[in-house]
Amino acid sequence: MLNRKFIPLTITCCLFFLLFGIGSVQFEGFGSTQVFFNLFSDNAFLIIAAVGMTFVILSGGIDLSVGAVIALTGVVCSVLISRYQLHPLIVFPIVLIGGTIFGAIMGAIIHYYKMQPFIVTLAGMFFARGLASVISEESIPIEHEFYNQVSAFGFEVLGGAWIGSSTIICLVVLVIAIITAHYTRFGGRVYAIGGDANSAALMGIPLAQTTIRIYAISAFLASLAGIVYSFYTFSGYSLAAVGVELDAIAAVVIGGTLLTGGYGYMFGTLMGVLIMGVVQTYISFDGTLSSWWTKIVIGLLLFCFIALQQLLIKTTPR
Amino acid sequence: MSQVVLQLQNIHKKFPGVHALKGVNFTLRAGEIHALLGENGAGKSTLIKVMTGVYQRDDGDILLNNQAIFPNNTGDAQALGISTVYQEVNLLPNLTVAQNIYLGREPRRFGLINWTKVNQDAAQLLKGYDLDIDVTQPLSSYSIAVQQLIAIARGVDMSAKVLILDEPTASLDADEVQTLFRIMRDLKARGIGIVFVTHFLDQVYAVTDRITILRSAQLVGEFETATLSRAELIGHMLGKELAALGEHKPQAHATSGDALLSVQAISRQATLSPTDIAVSKGEVVGLAGLLGSGRTELCRLIFGVDKKHSGNVTFHGQPVNFSSPRDAIIAGMGLCPEDRKHDGILGQLSIRENIILARQVKQGWWKFISRKEQEEIANNFVKELSVATSDIEKPIEQLSGGNQQKVILARWLAANPSLLILDEPTRGIDIGAHAEIIRLIRKLCDQGLALIVASSELEELVAFSNKVVVLRDRQKVTELTGDEINPQRIMQAIAAH
Ligand SMILES: Nc1ncnc2c1ncn2[C@@H]1O[C@H](COP(=O)(O)OP(=O)(O)OP(=O)(O)O)[C@@H](O)[C@H]1O
Ligand SMILES: [Mg+2]
Repeated sequence: MLNRKFIPLTITCCLFFLLFGIGSVQFEGFGSTQVFFNLFSDNAFLIIAAVGMTFVILSGGIDLSVGAVIALTGVVCSVLISRYQLHPLIVFPIVLIGGTIFGAIMGAIIHYYKMQPFIVTLAGMFFARGLASVISEESIPIEHEFYNQVSAFGFEVLGGAWIGSSTIICLVVLVIAIITAHYTRFGGRVYAIGGDANSAALMGIPLAQTTIRIYAISAFLASLAGIVYSFYTFSGYSLAAVGVELDAIAAVVIGGTLLTGGYGYMFGTLMGVLIMGVVQTYISFDGTLSSWWTKIVIGLLLFCFIALQQLLIKTTPR
Repeated sequence: MSQVVLQLQNIHKKFPGVHALKGVNFTLRAGEIHALLGENGAGKSTLIKVMTGVYQRDDGDILLNNQAIFPNNTGDAQALGISTVYQEVNLLPNLTVAQNIYLGREPRRFGLINWTKVNQDAAQLLKGYDLDIDVTQPLSSYSIAVQQLIAIARGVDMSAKVLILDEPTASLDADEVQTLFRIMRDLKARGIGIVFVTHFLDQVYAVTDRITILRSAQLVGEFETATLSRAELIGHMLGKELAALGEHKPQAHATSGDALLSVQAISRQATLSPTDIAVSKGEVVGLAGLLGSGRTELCRLIFGVDKKHSGNVTFHGQPVNFSSPRDAIIAGMGLCPEDRKHDGILGQLSIRENIILARQVKQGWWKFISRKEQEEIANNFVKELSVATSDIEKPIEQLSGGNQQKVILARWLAANPSLLILDEPTRGIDIGAHAEIIRLIRKLCDQGLALIVASSELEELVAFSNKVVVLRDRQKVTELTGDEINPQRIMQAIAAH
C-alpha cells in the first residue's frame, strides 16, 4: 500500500505530468524538452528561494523576508559592480555572507526573545526592502563582461534543449538541500523542531543553534536567488521580487509540506514550483488568457492542497 | 561504598509564586539505583530538570565526579553523560520510531546518515525490551505505553554515567516493568548511577538500593531501602501516618442492576475484534489486559473518538451512534484519556478553564457558565482531589504531572456524566491522593455514576470493580465477577493461551 505520508507528493507529481500532458496534446511545441527545461531556467531563483523556505517551514516557522532579501541583494550587487567597479566574483561572496548574517540575526531574535517568526521576518522584510530603497530608488543596470559570460554559459542536452547557468545552480542547490534535509543530523533536527520544539529540546536538540542555522540558510539561499535573479534582469531594483516569499510558500505547500511543520519533502518543493511554472507556460501558450489566471489557478491549487492535508491529518489512524 | 557520581547541594529553585525546591541535597553513587520519592508536587521533576539544565537553579551546586557543572539544556547534560527520560513522553510524533531513538546521534557513513543501520539498530535495541514493532512507522501510530518504552530505550542507550527515569513505569504493565528492571540492574552492574522516580512502592522495594524523600519542596532525608519499612516510608512522604489513608482494599458495593450501557459486537478493523460489554447504573467495570490488548481502543470506540466498523451501542435504553466525542459528552458520557499530554490538558489554559471544559461542552457554548459558578466548581474539585496549587488561575502546564492528572479527572467529574470511562485514571498519582480518588469514585457510584476503568494496576481494579472484562490480542477473552475478581484470576486470564 502507498504510504500515507507520500500521498500529497504523489498527487503533486501526477498533477504536474497531467498538466504537462494536457499542454502537449493541445499545443504544438509544448511537449518538448526545451519547454520542460525552461521551467527550470525561468524559475531558478524561485526554486532556490523555495528550498530555503522549505527548511524554515519544516521547522514550523516562516520567512517573509525572502523577496526583500532578493531585491536588496540585487541592488547591492549592481551598486558594487556598476558604481564601484568590483568584479562580480568578489561581490557575490560579500552579498552571500551579508545575507547569511542577516538571517542568522533573525533566527537569534526568534529563539532568544521567543518571538513569532512571522513578526521577526516581517520586520526583516521591511528592513531589507527599506535598505534597498535607501541605497537606490532607481533601477541600476549591471554592465559587466562576467554577466555576459554567465548568461552565455551552458550546454545542450538531448532533444536540443539548452541548460543555462541558472538551471545548473538551482539543480546543485536542490541536490545539496535534499541531502541536507534527509541525510544529515541537521536535517533531522529541523524535522524534530517542527514536530514539537519542546520535546526536541528535552531530547537534547540544540534549539538555539538549529533555529539560527535554519534562518541563516534561508537568507543565504534568498541572497543566492537574488544573484540568479540579477542574471535575468541585468539590473538591481529595490522594488523587484515583490511577493516572491509568498510564491515560495505556495510552492512549499503545494509540494506537500505541512505549514505547521514537521512533515514534508524537499523534492516536493521543486514539484510545487514546476506546477506553478507549467500553469504559467500553459497560459502563455494559450495566448488568450490573462496571465493573472496563473494566480487564480495557484490559489485554487493551494486551497485544495491545504484541504487535502487537513483531511489526511484527520483520518490518520492512531 | 562506591564512589559518588552526582551530588546536588543546597539546591533552590523558585517559580513565580512557588518556591519549588528549598535547599535540597541529593547524592547519587555509581552503580546504585536511587529512588526519588514524594507526593505530587513535592518537587521531584523540578529537581531532575535542575540537574539536567532544563531549569536553571537559583542557588546551590551540582557536582559531577566532584566537578561543578552548569548544564544549560538537556544537550549539555547528555554531553556530560547524564541521560534523562522525563515524566511526559517527550518524543516526536512526526518522526519514525527509529529516528526518535537515534535523533541527534544517528550512525553515519561518509558523513551522511546511514538509514539502514539506524533502522536495524533501533529494531535490535527494542528487541531487548521484547518490543517487536516496525521501527520505520511514525511514532504516533503506537500506544502511549509503547512510546514510553521507546523513550526509555533511547534514554538507556544514551546513558554514560547517570540515567534519570521520571515515572517511567506509569503506563507500563507488569511484564514490561520486569523487563525494565532487568535492564536497570544490568546498567547498575556496569557502574551507572540510576535515579528512579515512581509512586509504586512495590517497585521501590523491588529494585532500589537507596531512597531520597522530598516533601513540600524540602528534603526529608536519605534512607537505605533495606532498612526502611513501608509504614515509615509513607509516613515520611506524607508527613502523617498510613492509618490516615483509611481502608486499603475497599470492597466493591452492590449495584442496582438497571442497565445503562450495552455494547454488542463493537469492532473496528485492525484495532478491535467484535466485543460485548454491559454496564449497569452505579457499576464499576474494570478493563484488564496487556499493552496492545485493545483496552484503549475499546474506550475510544465507545466514546466515538474512532469510528466503529460494526456493532450496536445502547445507552439509557436508546440506540446511539456517536460520530464524535461531542455527541457522547452531550449524551452523558465522559472519557478521561490515557495520554494526558496530547489528549488531555490544554497547557496554556488555567486550571479553572480546564476543569469546566467538559461541562461547558455538555451544556452547549451558548449557555455560558458564570465566572462565579466556574470558580466554585473549580475550587470544589481542587479541594476534593487535593490538587496542590496556590491558585486556580494558574496555567495547568505549571502543575506537577500528578496534579495535572487530578485536574483532568475533575474535568470529567464536573460534567456530571452518567457513565465515565477512565483510561489509566491514576497514572502518576501519589498513594495518598490515590486513596482519596478511590474513595471519591466509590461515593459517586453510590450516587448512581457508572464507570468503565481501564487499568494495568490489578490491585486498583480489584479494589473497586464489580466486574472485570479481560482483553487479550484485541478481543475480549473473559468476564470475571464476584469472587473471581482477584489479582491471580485476572493474571491467569490475561496470560492464558
Ligand atoms: N514551569 C513551572 N512553572 C511554575 N511552577 C512550576 C513549574 N514546574 C513545576 N512547578 C511547580 O513546582 C512544584 C513541584 O512540581 P514538580 O513537577 O517538581 O512535582 P513532582 O514532585 O514531580 O510531582 P508529580 O509526582 O505530580 O510528578 C509544583 O507546585 C508545581 O506546580
Ligand atoms: Mg513529576
